[in-house]
Amino acid sequence: MIKLENISVSFGKRTVLDNLSLDLTERRIAVIGANGSGKSTFARLLNGLALPTTGEVLVDGFNTRKKGRDVRRKVGFVFQNPDNQIVMPVVEEDLAFGMKNLGFSKTEIAAKTDEILARYNMSDLREHPAHLLSGGQKQLLAISGVLVMTPDIVVMDEPTTLLDLRNKRRVARAVDALEQMVITVTHDLDLITNYDRVIVIDEGRIFADGTPAGVIPAYQELMA
Amino acid sequence: MLDLYSPGSSLLHRLPPAAKMLAMLLGATLLFLNESLPITVAATLGILALYPIAQLTLKQAFAQIRPLLIIFVLFFAVQWYFSGIELATYVVLRLAALILLASLVTLTTKSSDMIDTMTRGLRYLQPIGVNPAKVSLAISLALRFIPVLAQITREVREAQKTRGLERSVIAVAMPMAIRAIKMADEISDAIDSRGYRS
Repeated sequence: MIKLENISVSFGKRTVLDNLSLDLTERRIAVIGANGSGKSTFARLLNGLALPTTGEVLVDGFNTRKKGRDVRRKVGFVFQNPDNQIVMPVVEEDLAFGMKNLGFSKTEIAAKTDEILARYNMSDLREHPAHLLSGGQKQLLAISGVLVMTPDIVVMDEPTTLLDLRNKRRVARAVDALEQMVITVTHDLDLITNYDRVIVIDEGRIFADGTPAGVIPAYQELMA
Repeated sequence: MLDLYSPGSSLLHRLPPAAKMLAMLLGATLLFLNESLPITVAATLGILALYPIAQLTLKQAFAQIRPLLIIFVLFFAVQWYFSGIELATYVVLRLAALILLASLVTLTTKSSDMIDTMTRGLRYLQPIGVNPAKVSLAISLALRFIPVLAQITREVREAQKTRGLERSVIAVAMPMAIRAIKMADEISDAIDSRGYRS
């Protein structure tokens, strides 16, 4: 569970998030909002990549301000652009990167690499240069690189924005199948119709919070 | 070395990376010490003969030197003009042999194995403040992001071309630099969020 207690984030005189308090417990949560509404900053608060100017973020009781490493172990983060998340030149090396950092044994790394590549039908890409993958394959590799670290929660910042329809659906299916709690920041309303909870952020504040059926029409009206 | 590894199970693929890298160093040194054209020709042919042994085609061998063909032509022309055709042939052939030799190692060795080997070697430099893990990450990141930066350069150049600015170095370099800096921030966050301890 993630708890946000009276958090605000400011950059200089600009307030990006203004006094939010939320308990995030549902299995699938979406965060939507206009460009510049503060939703990416919100996502980055959840695994301690950004810290609130005031207030606290607690992940299973761990404060992101004091226990950043423990939090990042629990909360995986998938970035919008997979090109910036894949840090090793070859597919299997990138999958191994996070696991090596966490001290997994060679046997564990090999087993998890086999399992995740098979799950996403990418076994034949094991030794493939990462920069030659398609957009969808790159995003699946970025997601895989996070999943092999066995996080309890996965936060995704616009995971389908750069993808075509086929790859968007491929990634959506992959996200649907995840056992973990998933928090997705997105503009893609089709992706979140079956989510448990949707939070709309507007100008740094919660504009709406509820089920997709209740919240999405209100958001569409706001954006009209 | 960027995307050169060609999966295979040949003898050269199976050799330990350290042995291949040492052999490459030795071969390169001998090529430099040697001043005989016939020996250089024989060495080049010998290196080329290793390509089929490594389950690689001569087309792949040629692909390694193709990006440098203009430089070869320039070198050859300058050397021919100043020192004659024999020395020009010797200089260009020696350079080609070096590239073919280095490529043979990278084509048959995974970058991760090569980096692990370098990291092990760099441990001996720890007493003078060298951090092998950091060097290894830096090399990996360079290998990973050079093609990405090349792609960004192409995109920026195309964007500026549509505005008639393809000849302006600043019009290409500035957006390139800004995108690279933004990208570096996100890469740093990505490394951090994947548990890297510096």
